[in-house]
Amino acid sequence: MKTVTNEISKACSVIPGKMALPNQYFAGRVGSRFIISLRDSKKILGVKCPKCKTVYVPPMECCQKDMTKIDENWVELGDTGVLVNYTVVNYRDAHLPRKTPYILGMIQMDGAEATLVHLVEGVDPQNVKIGMRVKVVFAGKTTNTILDIDHFEPIEE
Amino acid sequence: MKRVAICAAAQHEIKSNIWHKRFQDMLMDLLEDVQGQTGFTFGDNGVKNVLTCSDDFFDARTISDNAINDVVGAGNYRGEQKMAQEGLNGIGYAMACILSGHDDVIYFAGHCKESSSASRNQISNMAYDPFYCRCLGLDYLSAAGLQARAYMEKAAVTEEQLAKVVVRARQWASRNEYANEKTQLHPGDVMYSSVLCDPIRTLHAYPVSDGAVALLLASEEKAYEYTDQPIWITGFGNCMDGYDLGTRDLASSNALKKAANQAYKMAGIKQPKKSVNLVEVMDCYAYQQPMWIEGLGLCDEREGGRFIDEYGPAKYNVNLSGGMLAGRPLMIGGLYGAAEAFLQLKGQANEHQASDVNCAVIQSTTGGAGQHQTVVVLER
Repeated sequence: MKTVTNEISKACSVIPGKMALPNQYFAGRVGSRFIISLRDSKKILGVKCPKCKTVYVPPMECCQKDMTKIDENWVELGDTGVLVNYTVVNYRDAHLPRKTPYILGMIQMDGAEATLVHLVEGVDPQNVKIGMRVKVVFAGKTTNTILDIDHFEPIEE
Repeated sequence: MKRVAICAAAQHEIKSNIWHKRFQDMLMDLLEDVQGQTGFTFGDNGVKNVLTCSDDFFDARTISDNAINDVVGAGNYRGEQKMAQEGLNGIGYAMACILSGHDDVIYFAGHCKESSSASRNQISNMAYDPFYCRCLGLDYLSAAGLQARAYMEKAAVTEEQLAKVVVRARQWASRNEYANEKTQLHPGDVMYSSVLCDPIRTLHAYPVSDGAVALLLASEEKAYEYTDQPIWITGFGNCMDGYDLGTRDLASSNALKKAANQAYKMAGIKQPKKSVNLVEVMDCYAYQQPMWIEGLGLCDEREGGRFIDEYGPAKYNVNLSGGMLAGRPLMIGGLYGAAEAFLQLKGQANEHQASDVNCAVIQSTTGGAGQHQTVVVLER
């Protein structure tokens, strides 16, 4: 999208638009329990497939591998994990949650197989390393989303 | 088995900002082009059913196909379906319409103007759920950044190899009349371009692009009414990976392998390395070219980098159009690939024509980090 300024624009009508459609999303029963636990108890819950033993966080209603219903098989996870992948976001845009550059990581929580995508702070993007131990820093204010975890930061060992 | 042919293809010139032309006008040009090539008409003896491909968010209106029914011939009491996936999937849908006996001719048109939106990354951010990913700013670019690191580490793909991919894409684009970005580059331009989403650099990413593509597809019985040289759709497959990035093996293109195997099986191709001699992959980011080549089985796993170094792109005529890296819009990047392969198989690709091609494979993807994968095989 560009501002139209050249000669041809004099004969053309271009109007700006902005879609704003207020709506609401339901997190689902499983998602709600996860979010409410995060918000009210600062506890991170996952669900474990009794068949293949995979632990999902964020939780899922069914195991992605074998379609087993797993929504009643909750496990409580700790607040630590390992950074298994990351990117450094270096572009600017209105939908981004932080001033760039910032680190978007994939964290394998201790005791879980599935990884959680989240922000990693407290380390310079040039020094971030796969395999780093990280821990949760909870947010001061709730948003009723995964951002009730404000970010992850390295564990000093 | 009955066969389905592509009888004609029309491509709109791709540019980064076609603000002065409505997508309806772009589609009208293509309709006239395909009718000029084939003489097809709408009605009982011609096209009774139309297929379109567009995206509600890029068009900033819901049921985006409603706005184009008149310029695709569907506005006068004809059937119309919209493919709300990357356009290459429409070829599979059109095949199903024809092979089922429901139709014998399908007109298929897709469009996407990325430049209409302030940011395509904002649009792909909306593809993610609001609780776990959207609020983190995840979009197709950052998802690709995560995949790029995972894949490059697994396959030991280097910055030098990615620079070769981009430099070559621009070289071929300069010969393609429809391609968008034709500025020539040196490897150093790519390797030292600014970091966009580490390890993706600015010149590793496809430019914002506007375009439209149309095809006429027909049954074997009907195809020769429209062309002397039909190009046969011999294989089609698609496959979906998980939605949640955290449950996927981002370093492997497992969904693509399954989609490719389906397509090869349907086409009777047992050894793609020996049979395929033209490839169009949807490489939105440079790392995706070797990764998708691995997924298509044209080199072994973890050998994508070596494929680049050892003249694999030349041997298999990979992206002689310039591909996505020279600019194609999301939603129809693969459809442009099909139109390009159609021209190549007919020997009508002019300055970027390959010699002796008879079996082309086209790959496309939708969703973050190659979540959904589609493969089509076209043969002379």
